[in-house]
Formats: sequence, C-alpha cells, structure tokens
Amino acid sequence: MKFALFSLAGATAFAVVLFASPAAAPAQPAAGAITVYNAQHASLTKAWAEAFTRATGITLTIRNGDDTELANQLAQEGAASPADVFLTENSPAMALVDRARLLAPLPADLLAQVPEGFRPSSGRWVAIAARSTVFAYNKSMLKPDELPKSLMDLADPKWKGRWAASPGADFQAIASALLELRGAPATLAWLKAMKTNATIYRGNGAALKAVNAGEIPGALIYHYYWFGDQANTGENSGNAALYYFRKQDPGAFVSMSGGGVLASSKHQVQAIAFIKWITGKGGQDILRTGTSFEYAVGNAAHSNPKLVPLADLQAPKIDPTHLNSKQVTDLMTQAGLL
Amino acid sequence: MSVMAVAIARRRSSGASWVGLAALAVALLALLPLGFIVAVTAQTDLATILALVFRPRVGELLINTMLLVALSVPLCTVLAIGLAWATERSDLPGAPLWSVLAVAPLAVPAFVHGYAWVTLVPALHGLPAAVLVSVVAYFAFLYLPIAAALRRLDPALEDIAASLGLAPWQVFIRVVMPQLRLAICGGSLLVGLHLLAEYGLYGMIRFDTFTTAIIDQFQSAYNGPAANMLAGVLVLCCLVLLGTEARARGRERYARVGSGAARIVPRRRLGRLTGPCLALLALITMLTLGVPVITLARWLWAGGMGVWRLAEIGPALGQTVLLAAAGGVAATLAALPMAWLSIRAPGKLQRALEGCNYIVGALPGVVIALALVTITVRVALPIYQTIVTIILAYVLMFLPRAMLSQRASIAQAPRELEQVAGSLGRSPARAVWSVTVRLAAPGAAAGMALVALGITNELTATMMLAPSGTQTLATAFWAYGSELDYAAAAPYALIMMLFSLPLVWLLHAQSRRAAGR
Repeated sequence: MKFALFSLAGATAFAVVLFASPAAAPAQPAAGAITVYNAQHASLTKAWAEAFTRATGITLTIRNGDDTELANQLAQEGAASPADVFLTENSPAMALVDRARLLAPLPADLLAQVPEGFRPSSGRWVAIAARSTVFAYNKSMLKPDELPKSLMDLADPKWKGRWAASPGADFQAIASALLELRGAPATLAWLKAMKTNATIYRGNGAALKAVNAGEIPGALIYHYYWFGDQANTGENSGNAALYYFRKQDPGAFVSMSGGGVLASSKHQVQAIAFIKWITGKGGQDILRTGTSFEYAVGNAAHSNPKLVPLADLQAPKIDPTHLNSKQVTDLMTQAGLL
Repeated sequence: MSVMAVAIARRRSSGASWVGLAALAVALLALLPLGFIVAVTAQTDLATILALVFRPRVGELLINTMLLVALSVPLCTVLAIGLAWATERSDLPGAPLWSVLAVAPLAVPAFVHGYAWVTLVPALHGLPAAVLVSVVAYFAFLYLPIAAALRRLDPALEDIAASLGLAPWQVFIRVVMPQLRLAICGGSLLVGLHLLAEYGLYGMIRFDTFTTAIIDQFQSAYNGPAANMLAGVLVLCCLVLLGTEARARGRERYARVGSGAARIVPRRRLGRLTGPCLALLALITMLTLGVPVITLARWLWAGGMGVWRLAEIGPALGQTVLLAAAGGVAATLAALPMAWLSIRAPGKLQRALEGCNYIVGALPGVVIALALVTITVRVALPIYQTIVTIILAYVLMFLPRAMLSQRASIAQAPRELEQVAGSLGRSPARAVWSVTVRLAAPGAAAGMALVALGITNELTATMMLAPSGTQTLATAFWAYGSELDYAAAAPYALIMMLFSLPLVWLLHAQSRRAAGR
C-alpha cells in the first residue's frame, strides 16, 4: 500500500514536471502587454485581440467577466487597477466606470471613427458594437398576432409562465433602458411582474434553446444568439423566429457595447491603439464577417447582410450616459430577481 | 497562545514552540473568511442588513437549499446503505467490482454530472432534477464510510441478537444500524456541505441555491453588500449543518472489546433475489456512470477532432497542473505544524485551533473567494489578482484534506524510533528527518494528491480570484458549457475525469485499508 502511494505521488510529481513547464506562469503579463478587462463575448474579443496582435505586435492579456462585475471591480480597484482597457457588452457598465472618473479622454480622431449617436458626450468611451433587443418565439406556439405589442405587455398576467429571460448583464441593460424611459416605479412594477411571469434561464443562449425546444413560447433576448445558431447548425433556433418591437418601444432598445481606456493605465498609447483598431476597419470587419453577428458601428462600416439593418429597428433614443446599472441591480434585488 | 507555548515548552525543547507559532499563524489565517463576514456585517448598518437578509428572495433560497439537503441526504443514505449491504454482506456475484463502480462516480466532477444530465434531458430543471443529480453525484461519499463500517463490524453481536429471536431485518435495524451511526453522520455532513457549496451543477440545471445566488450577485455588483449578506446566511447554514452532525453523532463509543479477533462476517445468500439485485445495481450504475460517460462520448464523437483545440487545451492543462501542484504543496506545508502538534503535543488550545481549520474547510469556495477578493483589493493590493491569492484560497479550502492524511501518517511514526535514532548519534533534526519524515511521507503525499485533485475540479474560487488570463480545465469547461457549446466542453470534462480516477482509486483503497482488509 505504501509503495502504491509513493508511486502515485511520484506519478503526480512527474505529471507536474511534464505539463507545468511549457504553459506555466499565468501570474504576470509579459512586459509591454496590455491588460483587457473584457465583458464582451470571449470569442469576439479573442478574434479582435489576435488580429490586433498580428497587425501591431502588441500582446494582450484578457480577463473575462460580466459587465457590471468588472465595472464594480474597476471601481473598487480605483487608481491601482491593473486594467488598461475595458470592453463591455452593454453601455451601463461603461457609464458606471465613467461616473467613477476612472476613464481617460479619448482622442478626437478615435471618437470620429463612429457616428455621433455612438459616443457619449463625455468622450471618454466609444461604442465598439451594438445589439438589438428581440422577442424570440416558437413559431408553432405563438402566431404573429399573438405576439406582445410592447415590452410592457409581458407584465400582463396572460403572459404568466409564457416567456423566458436571463437576468444577467444583457437583460440588465434592457432594464436600464426601461428605467430611463419609464421611471423607477414603473420599472419596479414591471420587474415584479416579471418575477411572477417569466421563467428564468441562465444565459440568453439557454433561453433561446428552451424556446426552440417548445419548453416556453417566447424569450426576451438579443438578436445575435439566433443568427449565430442559424449560421452554425440551427439545431437550437430552427423552430424559433425573431420579433422586433420597433416603434421606439423600450423593447426596441439597441444596446451599445463600449470600449474605454483606464486613466490609471501605464500603457495609454497601446490601449488607445487597441480601441482605435476595434472601431476602425479591422475591428469592424470582424463584426461583419465573423460569427458574432453583432452590429458594426463604425462610420460607413457594414454589418453582416443577414441582419435587419440598424436604421430599420426604430430604437428609442437614449443617451447612454444616463443608463444606471446600480439602480437596476437594486430594483432587481428588490423584485427578488437577484 | 501562552497556554500552548507553555504546554509545548514542557514537553519539548524550544524548537517545538516554533511549530506552535506556525500552527497558530495558519489557524489565524484560516479564520480570515469568517472574520471577514463578521467585520462586513458589523460595518453594514442595521437597516441595510435587515433589507438584504429578510426579503422574500432569501426565504426562497433558504427553502430551496433546505429542501435540497433534506431530500438528497436521506436518499443518498438509503442508496448507500443498500449498495453497501449488497457489496459487503451478500453473496452478490462480482461484489468487489460493484464496490468499485459505486465509488467511481466521484471521478466525475459534480458540474460534469450536471452537464451530462442537462444535455441528455434539456428540460431537466428545478428541485426534482437537483435532487436526482445530487444523489447521483454525491452518494458515494456516504457509500465509502458505510461500506467500510459494515466490513469491520463484529458479527457476534448480530448472532446474539438472532439467537434472542430477532428476525434478520430486525437485527439489521436494531443492531447493525446503530453501529453505522458515525459513518452515516460523517458521510451525511460531507454530502450536505457539498450541496451547499456546489455552483456548477445547480447552474447547469437551473436550480437556485445560496451559492448560485451569490455568484449572480457577484456578477452583477462584484463584492456588493447583497452578496456579502447572502454569504453570511450561507455560513450560518454551514454552521447549522456542522452543529447538527456533532449532535447526531452523540457520545457513544462503538468499539469491540474483549479478546480475540472478530470473525469474518458471513455473506447472506441472495438466492432468487440475485437477478433483481443485479438489475437494480446495473440501473444505478447506468444513472451514476453510464449517463456521464455515454453523454461525454456522444459529444466527443459529435465534435470529432475539431474540438481538440490543442492550442487552448494545452495551456489550460498546464495552468491547472501548475495551480494544483502549487496548491498541493502549499496546503501540505500549511497543514504540517498543526498535524504535528495534534499527535506530538495535543492540548485544549491546539484542538480548538485545529477545529477552526476544519470549519473554514467546510465553507463554500464562493465565501472564501468573496472574502479574499475584498481583503486583497482593499488592504493587500500587492497580492491582488496574483497566484498568491488563489493559492491561499485553495489552502484554506483544502487544508482539512491535507491535515487528516498527515495526522494519520505522523501517528504511525512512533516517537520511540526518533529516540532510538538519537541514541545512535543522530541530532534531533536529523532523527526527525531520517525517521519520522520518511515514515510520514507517503501519507503526506496522498494528502497532497487529494488537494491537487480538489483544485483540478475547483470552479468558483478560481473564476473569482485567478490572475488575469488564467484558464483552467474547469473554467474553460464552464465557459464553453455556458455558451451551450457542449462539444467543445467535452475534452475538458474528459481530462478532468481522467485526472480524478487516481482519487477514486485512492479513496477506495483507503477505505479498504481502514477496515483492515
């Protein structure tokens, strides 16, 4: 028995020596590298980072997390943050960091790479991509005339148990738009109705999959999950279709993904170069040709032709600097969703 | 401290007090997470605490968590007793094989069990699903001690009971079951603590517990007060579980007294029941092992060679092994002083401090990670987001594993051997090195392996604390699983299972050895 234990320990030690050597040392980024706090889809940022490194030779260390998780983390770290760049899926997280006065102003030529509506008045961050709110529904469970006219309809008792959502960062951005458009009391009432009515899934992809499988008639998600699955095998979206609320409804909210440079960064030049590259031709082309199916936002940049054009979405006009993620989290905690 | 220092000084030279100091330092370090919870609660004003703790959502989570424990633990116990009886006390064909198969589900990390079930039956969710998968994933923790205890029992007691007119089932209930009490209590506690701490499994099958809710809060607001308050309630749940176990364990002694050796227990003949028993065992094995293995094979087949992205899997494997090895060594070193004291200089204070280590080891990884995130970002920035912090978290989480193994092996090295070595001219240090360390090394190595394997399958603390750019097998598996890319997640699950196989073998062998056979 003792012999066996010894040989086990020996085997473990051997395995350690064998595997640890080539890939080790995750602790410190290489000199000159910039650290990216990334809340965007890991695969999209990875594609950006690899292409950027190929183009410039600047290497990146990526820390993945969720929008408001990383935003609050940056707020806690303050000036001591190891982050150089912050990329989000939605703008409320960016606004949170901006309000904490942690972002550096971006140069004018960088800001000019996107149209006016896609950068906040502060000029301290910039949109890097966009996504639209949609109602994904199972074609055999809901007829077009049964679809909700507005996001607000989903609070109606007749929708009880008939729609799904994932109360993560994406949903929280939609809720922040609702808060901005309709105010706190209406938002809280709607969130409380959602607590009763909605079935909670973990992730928009899981919600879409449930719609497709007929577990639930509809789900409030972002558009690109459906397109991504269609481009892949379609096995999680074949029975589902997308409904756009339009008419400036809160449910027609188009959310901006943001990119910003931390004021505390010691690699300002490289960090700005990365954001400039993402909002420039190289980064925006990856949105058009890649598998992300998010909207491109650069001047004259084209989104994937399969998408409904941004201009046709009739999104409500919202100043992204007003979106308040803290209040949304509090309201959702109050409603029992968190 | 002074009590212990004096106690130690009386027993040994001044060198031993350094051991005491080291043990004290480790115990205090281990108390950090508990201290953090207390400090945060003390700093938060009462109105906020009341608003965050006494709200319907917390009640919901409490009911979920309590139902999960109250349903899963008894089911696990019944299943474990049945299996243990069949493999240890009946003439079941192939009993040793079935015994290995009963332990083998432990080689599958809990979140891989969740993944297997949810990809097999996508609609699976909620309490029934949580109970089903929990029983499948964790009942082996109860099977192991119960089987070991059954093997060790003296059949004489049962013979006497039978001779006094009790039917076989009455003998089992009135004579055998009470003797299994310690095994059932210990195993139930282990299962209960896992149920409280697990995130991945319940995330996969959409069942909200305190741990999943804390992660949700963390992902929304980082270390906000709501997450900390939930963590406080979770810690209370753990303490309640520990207290319940201590109470249920009772103070009775269960030892065989008298001369001679116990007879080997005769196996009961199953007769016509052999067929149904085998079918039942096959069904259980199908659920516990068949589902994960077949699902995994299916995804690996569907993914083909394309999912073996070696450029990603290689570094993930390397980083996992690095973290596991560093954590294993660190936990072993941290456990050494206390393990040494508990054998060589036991005392009241020493026992109290040792207890602290076990309590912290019982805390969910998410609580320890939450505490370390806040402490490092506020007062220990130099180690914030470094490998030091994550290793510290691993040490706190897995200290009991290292300690128990070392304690047992140090106890096997009698002090007299050192004295003999001393009388043969070795200095005290050399005597310890050449005698005790060599005798205790296999046990310590086994403990190190247990810690390393725990780290390999660790998800929550790794996600929250690891340095930027770190990707371990578990976090990579989780990232793909969350994006519903089940095929890409499969290779990581397979590697984790292969790594865990030695753990299962070790546990199985240890429980046999404990029974002396």
